[in-house]
Amino acid sequence: MEKWIIILLGVAVLAAVFLSPFASTKPDGLERVAEDKWFLERGKEPQVVNSPIPDYAVPGIKNEKLATAIAGLVGVIIVAALGFALGAILKKKEKIQ
Amino acid sequence: MHIPDGFLNVQTWVTMDVVAGLSVAYAIKKTKTSLGERQIPLMGVMAAFIFAAQMLNFPIAGGTSGHFIGGVMAAVLLGPWAATLVMSTIFIVQCLLFQDGGLTALGANIFNMGIIGTVFGYYIYRGVVISFGSKKGLLWGVGIASWLAVVLAATFCSIELAFSGTVPLRVALPAMAGVHALIGVGEAIITVGVIRLILRARPDLLQKYV
Repeated sequence: MEKWIIILLGVAVLAAVFLSPFASTKPDGLERVAEDKWFLERGKEPQVVNSPIPDYAVPGIKNEKLATAIAGLVGVIIVAALGFALGAILKKKEKIQ
Repeated sequence: MHIPDGFLNVQTWVTMDVVAGLSVAYAIKKTKTSLGERQIPLMGVMAAFIFAAQMLNFPIAGGTSGHFIGGVMAAVLLGPWAATLVMSTIFIVQCLLFQDGGLTALGANIFNMGIIGTVFGYYIYRGVVISFGSKKGLLWGVGIASWLAVVLAATFCSIELAFSGTVPLRVALPAMAGVHALIGVGEAIITVGVIRLILRARPDLLQKYV
């Protein structure tokens, strides 16, 4: 693997693990508008899927920062794997044609 | 700007699912014929990088935060179609695993924060680069496209909310466009910064127009 790939992956992992626990917890743009304009409640109804790691916090871990850091690590690994897999699959099909 | 379940009515989210679904299908078709060997690892790296960056909410005015979206960054490095697939992958994982964005709103979220950046944003970027005709235009193109993609995403989000009868457009649009005009500045700064670094270290990764 080329050096820059490892560097960029490393930056992503470090950011997800060490920076995400310190990200702003203030409502984002859409949440702010929903709150100000009185439609935030509509999004509070039960969500369609019950995600295993809701709101980027691994359930059962009392330390919130640690719960977010682990969630970040899990997420980065999964999306990176899916991204590589997508690239490999789509490239392979071109070769067969 | 991830829309949760409950904000959109059935007609609106089904429509957006169809739009996003057809776009992703087209993106798969186009990627199969255009994805270069060098871009395979880049798809994984971009997915990881953008996912991580999306977690890093930064504070903006008025007790509000914003976060990087990354559609334009992905498209500048991967082209619009592979970038569409990378962004869609991120939104699907965020929805299923982290409850960030509702399953019914997945199509709307993929369209607003994904396709608007990766396709509309990409062609704005390309237009600016070509009209400048120089390397200087590249960073201008990146910055303008990044800002516009965020404001356009907020605009489409407002329209979807209005169609759903959740909030009138005259109420939603000024509020959404206003706050995201600020968040878009953050998006532009981050995207220009990263592309500038890549331009110095690995200019061959960028698609050439000039």
